[in-house]
Amino acid sequence: MPPVLELKGITKRFPGVLANDHIDLTLEEGKVLALLGENGAGKSTLMNVLYGLYTPDEGEIFVRGQKVDIHGPGDAIALGIGMVHQHFMLVPVLTVTENVMLGMESIKNKLFLDREVAAKRIHEISEQYGLDVDPYAMVGDLPVGIQQRVEIIKLLYRQADILILDEPTAVLTPQEVHGLFQVIRSLLAKGKSIIFISHKLKEVLEISDSIVVLRGGRIAGSALPQESNERSLASLMVGREVILTVAKEKAQPKEPVLEVKNLRVMGEGAHVVVRDVSFDVRAGEIVGVAGVQGNGQTELVESLTGLRPAQGGAVRLLGKDVTHASPRVITEAGTSHVPEDRQRDGLVLSYPIADNLIMNTYYLPPIARGVVLQEAAIKERAERLVAEYDVRTPSIMTPVGSLSGGNQQKVIVARELSRPDQLVIASQPTRGLDVGSIEYIHSQLIRKRDEGAAVLVVSAELDEILSLADRIVVMFEGRIMDIVPIEKATREDIGLLMAGIHPDEHGADVVATKEAA
Amino acid sequence: MSEKNTTQGKAQKRRSRGRWRALLTPLMAIVTALILGAVVIVVTDTSVYDAFGEGFGAGLLRIVEVVVTAYGSFFAGAFGDPARMVRGLSTWITTGDGSDWVQSLYPLTETLRYATPYIFAGLAVALGFRGGLFNIGAEGQYFIAGLTTVFVGYSLTGVPWFIHVPLALLAGILGGAAWGAIPGYLKAKTGAHEVINTIMLNYISFRLAEYMLDVGGPMARGDGRPVSPVIQPSAQLTQFFPSNPNIRFNVGFFIALLAAVFVYWLLFKTTIGYEIRTVGQNPRAAKYAGMNVPRTVVLTMALSGGLAGLAASHDILGVIGFMPNSFSSGYGFDAIALALLGNSHPFGVVLSSLLFGALQAGARNMQAIARVPLDLTDILQGLIIIFIAAPAIIRALYRLRTPDEGEGAVMTRGWGQL
Repeated sequence: MPPVLELKGITKRFPGVLANDHIDLTLEEGKVLALLGENGAGKSTLMNVLYGLYTPDEGEIFVRGQKVDIHGPGDAIALGIGMVHQHFMLVPVLTVTENVMLGMESIKNKLFLDREVAAKRIHEISEQYGLDVDPYAMVGDLPVGIQQRVEIIKLLYRQADILILDEPTAVLTPQEVHGLFQVIRSLLAKGKSIIFISHKLKEVLEISDSIVVLRGGRIAGSALPQESNERSLASLMVGREVILTVAKEKAQPKEPVLEVKNLRVMGEGAHVVVRDVSFDVRAGEIVGVAGVQGNGQTELVESLTGLRPAQGGAVRLLGKDVTHASPRVITEAGTSHVPEDRQRDGLVLSYPIADNLIMNTYYLPPIARGVVLQEAAIKERAERLVAEYDVRTPSIMTPVGSLSGGNQQKVIVARELSRPDQLVIASQPTRGLDVGSIEYIHSQLIRKRDEGAAVLVVSAELDEILSLADRIVVMFEGRIMDIVPIEKATREDIGLLMAGIHPDEHGADVVATKEAA
Repeated sequence: MSEKNTTQGKAQKRRSRGRWRALLTPLMAIVTALILGAVVIVVTDTSVYDAFGEGFGAGLLRIVEVVVTAYGSFFAGAFGDPARMVRGLSTWITTGDGSDWVQSLYPLTETLRYATPYIFAGLAVALGFRGGLFNIGAEGQYFIAGLTTVFVGYSLTGVPWFIHVPLALLAGILGGAAWGAIPGYLKAKTGAHEVINTIMLNYISFRLAEYMLDVGGPMARGDGRPVSPVIQPSAQLTQFFPSNPNIRFNVGFFIALLAAVFVYWLLFKTTIGYEIRTVGQNPRAAKYAGMNVPRTVVLTMALSGGLAGLAASHDILGVIGFMPNSFSSGYGFDAIALALLGNSHPFGVVLSSLLFGALQAGARNMQAIARVPLDLTDILQGLIIIFIAAPAIIRALYRLRTPDEGEGAVMTRGWGQL
């Protein structure tokens, strides 16, 4: 029996870029093929070729042994190929049924939508695959994990049997990932075949039957999950040995650089979201703030960097009171800030890299003399930082918006960490980045620590906190649950603290809190 | 190293090619508008229908005639008649009488004279766009600046021109800047949207000017006419052809060009411009970078108002010589189109202002000679703006390639965001 889907020698060129270079893929019926690769490796291009959004420059596509030409999503759907995009294509104000019907509505009396017929089929599909979705629920009210199931139902409703899932776990909580994997298994049991695109190694190893790794538009290698591990896959992805655990010496903390006492901060809805928080960060150590997203970490960082007023308490930077200081005063006092949302806060996307690199030094010599910007100095600085921080770009005049997420973050890191600052505040420094960039940014933060800076890292990724931090501040509902030194931190205890539960038996941790306070 | 250099060279070449392509779209928009304008001229000309009554060939001939006469007089009105210029020049050389030569330059100088306030007002709106602000109030700022500039122009006596002219210009700048700073301040402090506030301030300034200039008003001339006194000769902008009173072309045009260079320098070469553009592109990032966003907003609106004010100074000190009550210019509104047409770039604004100046000058001649109503200018302007605002039409029509997205202007933004 021929494979359900076969790509042969697919090549796609864009001006100046070879996005796909002679890619061969084979998907067997009832199997999961994982497509692994860093951002920009060519995964999305390849899937867009398969879905008919791009026409390949070379190569052939076979579906069940038949050579096919796919000129658009319509052709793809007719061939039984369906895709769940990373960003869902759903209308939030319509019900599940209406969303699923969209584009192939059942009609009664030539004029009216026949929701009942569609809802019945959706119910059947939902039962059959254990999807558990209410056909009459409003999509906007559903959690992300269920919305994803609606997307899958859309494909099944259109009788797709080759499902492409593009980074399906990027937006899911661990529990929802578990649920998705159950759904995938029941799909496989009914004879569906799946292409699973990801850059998360653990998940790929868990769910796939075979793995193809893309790098720089080419196939870097294929592997079977039972014969691979995270390390070997990461090396294939990045093209060199990757250190997944960060190598660092024990911290040598010195005098406190940042002292926060009883800080209270208001959130958007004018209610207190940071409640009487006290901690300090010492020179030569990394303090990690752990917590589920939305427990006051964002507002805490905004307040520390002067972007959000404090309602009470005190913040001292190198002994100087900066509780109500402006961002510029705090920056000039020796603070670097890698903001949580790089595109919203950290960059002007339409500016070239060179202009983004001067964002907080543009008014100081040698960048400016009086009010006149010194173009030579700006260029010289940009060339140096781009080389030093390994920003991959055709030129320093390239608009930052056209760089990949990892390179955008490197521009920010280059700007912030190249200054001789005593305090580094990094918020979600590696969110959405690939393995290579994460490794690089972690090493830069540790370099700063070893040079004697105090480093505060806020992250929703517990792994990141555990591998970087020397002390861990756990936040829950705006309060500090505990401050745990890394030697005493276990994944389980921190997880419990993040959920607002005190592991009582760990009396030592409570002592640690008191010491820090 | 050499490989890096070539990729940079390529990027540079691509950029300069992109710049030409950026000019191609507006150019094709103008050509398309002229073609459609010709259609309008033809279908509104009754003689065409009469000619078709005589026969198909006669009708076609008449169409060509109508279009050639209309656009012929249009171009003659905008740029002058080359044959007449040559004749005038030879008369001047042979007889020493240059008056014919000067008169032959009249159309060209009218184009430049019309373009001058357009440049100032277009720069005003373009600067606002760069700073993320939509200044619809250039018209109101023009009125207030008219009052301040004319006041200094007529009330100050006994000072030499090299003091009086700069003072009167400064009065215009300050009047416009103050009027522009008000909505800027309201936006910075309360988040009130500048579109609404500049429109409201337009009405206030119109009525204020009426009150000041109406018969018996504080600034009325006192001869029963609702106009201001005439400015002192020392406040007049230098005229280039004082021998020919028809030609009103004056030094203001070159001040406008200087203003364009200044705005370019300010926006792209100084820290102030960097702040204005950053606030315009991404106010959150500007705040993050430690910029004083409210102050920048006020400054941007004040600078914008000051530029709009210079348009009034030019008209009063260089052309009219006093301020009439019915001063309505429409420059403030055309300026929005000019800024869009010029992609909010100072030099783009100069080019689009020259185009609009030519349209104004040409249309007047076209009305006089070809009996095509002045309103055709509005139609042409409207068509050009539609094609510029919807470049996809032009690109589809002529199969041009989509240019790369660059730093443009922020046209609209939600309420109260800073």
